[in-house]
Amino acid sequence: MKRTVPIVIAAATGFVLIVSSFIPLTEEWGSAAMQWFNILAAIAFVLGGSNLLRMNLQKISDRRLGWGYAAVTLVAFLVTLFVGLFKVGVQPTESFPTYAWAAPYNQEGSFLWWLFEYMYKPLQATMFSLLAFFIASAAFRAFRAKNPEAIALLATAFIVLMGRTYVGGLMREFLPERLEWLSFDAMTNYIMSVFNLAGMRAITIGIALGVASTSLKVLLGVDRSYLGAGDD
Amino acid sequence: MRRETLIWTTLMVLGGLALLGRAATVGNGRVYIRAVTVAEVEGVQVVQYQGVPPSQRSEADVSLSWPRTIGIWISALCTLGIMSFVLGDNPLYKLMESIFVGVSAAYLMVAAFWDEIVQNLFRSLIPGLMRDSFLPGLEAGLQTDYSYLAPLLMSGMMLWRLAPKGAWIARWPLAFFIGATAGFRLVSYLEADFTQQINNTIMPLIVYAADESFDIWGSIRNVLIVSGVLLGLVYFFFSVPHRGVVGGLARGGVWLLMITFGASFGYTVMGRIALLADRLQFLFDDWLWLIDPTMQRIGM
Repeated sequence: MKRTVPIVIAAATGFVLIVSSFIPLTEEWGSAAMQWFNILAAIAFVLGGSNLLRMNLQKISDRRLGWGYAAVTLVAFLVTLFVGLFKVGVQPTESFPTYAWAAPYNQEGSFLWWLFEYMYKPLQATMFSLLAFFIASAAFRAFRAKNPEAIALLATAFIVLMGRTYVGGLMREFLPERLEWLSFDAMTNYIMSVFNLAGMRAITIGIALGVASTSLKVLLGVDRSYLGAGDD
Repeated sequence: MRRETLIWTTLMVLGGLALLGRAATVGNGRVYIRAVTVAEVEGVQVVQYQGVPPSQRSEADVSLSWPRTIGIWISALCTLGIMSFVLGDNPLYKLMESIFVGVSAAYLMVAAFWDEIVQNLFRSLIPGLMRDSFLPGLEAGLQTDYSYLAPLLMSGMMLWRLAPKGAWIARWPLAFFIGATAGFRLVSYLEADFTQQINNTIMPLIVYAADESFDIWGSIRNVLIVSGVLLGLVYFFFSVPHRGVVGGLARGGVWLLMITFGASFGYTVMGRIALLADRLQFLFDDWLWLIDPTMQRIGM
């Protein structure tokens, strides 16, 4: 019951989705399963949020190291949740002016929009932009031109990096017309449209085969790791 | 106080004072809006607030928006707080990180609630109530779709995971989730990534130009792509030992993959640099008003 039923559910759902791609009569089953899937994915966010709440409350009550930051996380979480669920600051729309709750939750000018625009977006963008430094520093420490293949990797990275800058295009002006292909931007275009394309295609085909075989293992009950190890 | 801390604190205080002085004199970081009444239905005015360039601030219907102005300053603080990690882990970075975790988790939950649970689940189960409240655009006479009791039940089972006992109940909706993902991915990956990529690789090795002359560069390009894909696939084929001819081909695959990884690395770094440039533009343009690439403050 605890382990067999989930395997049957996974197999049935998966095969319904596969069959719905081949038999038009079952197309509706597939779309219904996807709608249910989306609902469960939304519920998974609730589960994730609840876990975040529980973990941070635990940290605060235990007065563990950094509990103050856990309190900040909690306040940010609860404030955002409140203003989002209650649509604080949302104005009625032109289409339904008498329905206060009908306007979009992220309407421009609302509190949630403000949080998204002035906190979430800058924090996320800056965090990702910082990765430029860390990727570069990690590369500096890890990449060593110790064999021809590594030199190929470094050289390609250098050409693409230069080709995507202003300097890459500027080089064209100093080269004679018949040697323009030696400019960084021209070489970058060639690398991206030939070598990178071929390499990514081989990788993509490999990934697709890997996903297909892993999916089959799950659907046939060979891979049961998602059930966990314990009985409960 | 340590000497280094003293220097940093002094620099921060001086920088802060300089910023405040500049804000008071130049007015940087301010956002101006125009209130536009887009409709008036049944005595209810629908007003939209549109951001306008600071150069229009003296116009009659334009006013300073305090929420958006505070937003710009907080946004700048968030940006600087995260950037401070370059100097090492510090309390300001940790504070910003904590805020980011809280806001992003809640934002995703809110989006999931309004976009999926209300629009999909509640709409199907209680269409009348939804039409009278959140979704007035729903067509009249929409009947309850009882099949949606199944995802409702599974949602409850999934949330059971939070209960101290009977966590195994959550395995059933999880199995549905896993099964749906596996079924969907199996077909979509085989269709979009496997067959489509093979289809795109089947190309002429001898290319003729529009005037029917032999296109040598086009031919070389296609030969390189086709042979590159084959070499890459040989490298990934582990059922045969990589010795002899297969080993030689696999080695060619390694070369191709190295070039691909190098190109991907360069591309990724440049993507991050573009994000960084965007953040710096925000700081120098929207916040400090030191540059004006979009001519928003011309004539001020």
